[in-house]
Amino acid sequence: MKSKVKSQLLDKKGLKDTIQRVAENIISTDISNVVIIGMQTRGVPIAERIAEMIRKKSGKKMKVGVIDVTFYRDDFRIRLKQPEIQLSDIPFSIDEKDIILVDDVIYTGRTVRAALAALMDYGRPSSIKLVSLVDRGHRELPIQPDFNGLEHKTKSDEEIQVRVEEIDGEDGIFVVPIPKK
Amino acid sequence: MKNKNNVFSRRHLLGLEGFTGREITHILDTARSFREVIERPIKKVPTLTGITVVNCFFEASTRTRISFELAEKRLSADPVNFSSSGSSVSKGETLRDTVRNIEAMKIDMVVIRHASPGVPLFLTKVLDAAIINAGDGSHEHPTQGLLDIYSMREKVGDLKGKKVCLIGDIKHGRVPLSNIYGLQALGAEVGVCGPPTLMPRFIDDVGVKVFTRIDEALEYADILNVLRIQLERQKGGLFPTLREYHDQYGITMARLERYKKDWVIMHPGPINRGVEIETAVADGDYSIILDQVTNGVAIRMAVLYLLSGREID
Repeated sequence: MKSKVKSQLLDKKGLKDTIQRVAENIISTDISNVVIIGMQTRGVPIAERIAEMIRKKSGKKMKVGVIDVTFYRDDFRIRLKQPEIQLSDIPFSIDEKDIILVDDVIYTGRTVRAALAALMDYGRPSSIKLVSLVDRGHRELPIQPDFNGLEHKTKSDEEIQVRVEEIDGEDGIFVVPIPKK
Repeated sequence: MKNKNNVFSRRHLLGLEGFTGREITHILDTARSFREVIERPIKKVPTLTGITVVNCFFEASTRTRISFELAEKRLSADPVNFSSSGSSVSKGETLRDTVRNIEAMKIDMVVIRHASPGVPLFLTKVLDAAIINAGDGSHEHPTQGLLDIYSMREKVGDLKGKKVCLIGDIKHGRVPLSNIYGLQALGAEVGVCGPPTLMPRFIDDVGVKVFTRIDEALEYADILNVLRIQLERQKGGLFPTLREYHDQYGITMARLERYKKDWVIMHPGPINRGVEIETAVADGDYSIILDQVTNGVAIRMAVLYLLSGREID
């Protein structure tokens, strides 16, 4: 799904460097007990790329899971139709693990809140840290990323699109106008 | 994205008649996510918190009622159970009054099982709540149809061009119609097989192959959905004896193994062992009967979830 682009924040190389930097920041912490969980949809390929970079740099193979937070969203009562649900797949125990939770963009913080609630139903991790590639501001909850790519405070008529090869056919981060309802 | 969200915009689930393949696929895909939820250590999500669902069972049911109730609980909805025995129905209250009174207690959804076809449709006209048909007489049982189709798809993949045969009492059951409509919407070919006395008069109108000999059905299909023979039908003289029925139509290993097929054998339950299906088949490798039961909870979660969307106040 391509929409009109207002501006481009990062190109393919920029996106790669950003993910690389995030991966290096993660490696600089204790990763002995880390598992990575990508949030549907764009968080999933980004989580895999981070895991791959960590493996290349540190030699440690990371377990990667996928979580869909639709069941835990808090806007259930104000929506007209139910959103499409995607699969969650965490094929390992998260008990006593240090989770790196990966999403492409952080905005209000509500999706992350939902993800935290979802993860707690899978087990009791030792800790959860949050990765986002873009922080677009306007937080509504006291949630901040631990590892962030870049900041871009959006105006009321624009949003951020992270495009990844695996889903969108290209890599890059763009500012796009909010599609008309 | 916008179009995707419009795939499913129904308010009620009365039957699978008229459903498109896309709608059915959407329900099945949604159920797949819920299937994952019920395998988790904590088999519960907060999705339907604050939603009250009344399970109105005017007819006996174990599996369907428990399956719906579990689905509701696993979505964090509040289930209330109503069964007609021991209720004011025996005092002569009309159906309309009974359900209007229940709705006045502020409920959001009604799951209804009733012996009369059309009761769920009637309820959509007298209630504001979302209505889910859990079996109306010999008409439809859409969640059973969906869970059957889900289980087939899980086993053999895309159902387009696959041949499915329903075997047994096609006339009095509610499972056949829901299976037929749903499977046809997905491009499967459907046959029915049973004694002519248990075949509905207008079966030719729904575009299925009709067999009266079991060997023709086994020749035709790879997936068999074996239906329960309601024991009370024998008294109505529709077949001579249960043993005779078993001899003519019972699914046995001996029969199945005459064909080199990787059979998929299903049964909506409850099973009459040794009548419509032999124990060796029901408990054997071809059988996915218990998968159907597990999948039933996921399907009902998906249906409850999809029908619970509401207008902005």
